[in-house]
Amino acid sequence: MERLVRVLSRIPLHAVIIVIALIWVFPTLGVLVTSFRPAPDVAATGWWTALRVPFEFTQYTLRNYESVINQGGIGRAFLNSLIITIPATILPIMIAALAAYAFAWMRFPGRRFLFIMLVALLVIPLQTTMIPILRLFNRLGLAGTFPGIWLAHTGYGLPLTIYLLYNFIGALPSELFDSATIDGASTLQIFFRLVLPLSITAIASVTIFQFLWVWNDLLVALVYLGGTPDVAPITVQVSSLVGSYGQDWEVLTAAVFVSMLLPLSIFFGLQRYFVRGILAGSIKG
Amino acid sequence: MGVSNYIFAFTNRVMLTAFRNNALWVLVFTTLTVFLGLILAVILDRVRYETVVKSIIFMPMAISFVGAGVIWKFVYAYRPPGAPQIGILNGFLSLLNISPLGWLIERPWINNLCLIAVAVWIWTGFCMVILSAAYKGIPGQLLEAARVDGAGEWQIFGRVTLPLMMPTVAVLTTTMTIFVLKIFDIVYVMTNGNFSTEVIANRMYKEMFHFRNFGRASAIAVILLVLIVPMMLINIRRFKREELLR
Repeated sequence: MERLVRVLSRIPLHAVIIVIALIWVFPTLGVLVTSFRPAPDVAATGWWTALRVPFEFTQYTLRNYESVINQGGIGRAFLNSLIITIPATILPIMIAALAAYAFAWMRFPGRRFLFIMLVALLVIPLQTTMIPILRLFNRLGLAGTFPGIWLAHTGYGLPLTIYLLYNFIGALPSELFDSATIDGASTLQIFFRLVLPLSITAIASVTIFQFLWVWNDLLVALVYLGGTPDVAPITVQVSSLVGSYGQDWEVLTAAVFVSMLLPLSIFFGLQRYFVRGILAGSIKG
Repeated sequence: MGVSNYIFAFTNRVMLTAFRNNALWVLVFTTLTVFLGLILAVILDRVRYETVVKSIIFMPMAISFVGAGVIWKFVYAYRPPGAPQIGILNGFLSLLNISPLGWLIERPWINNLCLIAVAVWIWTGFCMVILSAAYKGIPGQLLEAARVDGAGEWQIFGRVTLPLMMPTVAVLTTTMTIFVLKIFDIVYVMTNGNFSTEVIANRMYKEMFHFRNFGRASAIAVILLVLIVPMMLINIRRFKREELLR
């Protein structure tokens, strides 16, 4: 009896949680279902009508995916996103690991001042940097090119990646470094043999962050690459489809879902590292 | 001369709308994400399926703002009364025999709040994860002691839990404010600032690329920076304090 009362008294708690979870799921579910429905159905009925008979597979089609990947230019854009994202992730992480180590364990004049500058940079809106950098890029012929956007993302990513890695590398025990120095290890040896292997989980979580940030970015790509389809990443392509296919939801939903594939698999596959990265303290500019 | 760009920024009607909207974003977005994150952190700790729900609420963090913009544009989809509604919100209204609403057109409050809701959908998970870690870091004996002393769950929340989590709440509030002052993508994709939904960052982008007016765009960028400077100082102060504790 007492048990029953306890279970009953917890019903409102469960109800609140389930309602919130449903509100969070429904928008994405709608997009997923719609992307598999034929165009006439999408225009005639709400996507939820398909859920009345969810396992009636004749009501689904792959046509929308076929058409966005080919005619919608999403295939090309997906490739561009990979070309942009992979170097724009590796480059800043490499620099950041070295910088974080230097900030944490090397003594050099101006170290503290430079690091405080870095903390300040964490919150500088990247909009304030766009005009001068774009002018510079135009002069150097970097605007509208992949190397240009790699550099831009590296610059924008460095403050946060250095800060996060500094928090981790700075927390390694100092005895480690003392004994390595006594054994005659050079600074670079300490970095590659000791610091890098020990901080591999931290590096993994920061890598995921930078990857998602670059993959999902719209503004930096719009500004430094412009709208040309041969270099446009998937976010730019999807947002231009919104302009040209405004009401063709079967096209838009399929395009959006393709753009979400990689981030979502990374998210569900590596959620642990993702959460750890966030908890390391994140404030991004 | 340069001053005219600032005179424009502070007198132009669209710019004033953008300032008002940014203030609304800061107020509503920051309050809602931190509040919802706090509630979720505390109530999810009490159920066994915590990790599943957390994953669900955290998931939008992995989606781009562009993606989220399209997802929610579909939620808000509007068709004239009488036509079959395909957006879930208007579908729900028609079920109740209420005529459909142009969620993204009804100015100035409904459409702005609808845009803010998208950002809340994305960022609540972030707040929840951080606040949940802070909540689980509170020593169990403290809560037990309060229970033994006969405090109710609400009292414990208000007198013990909340004060202990206040530092985290404060940090999150500044982080969310910094983030939302620069809000761009959601507005760009969903309304492009039409129907009185303009925000500062989107306006800057328009001045820069549609009107090629780099002077005005620079003035707007500087204003954005000035708005963020206080937050930056708070961050540096916090960093120096943490440095002392290391």
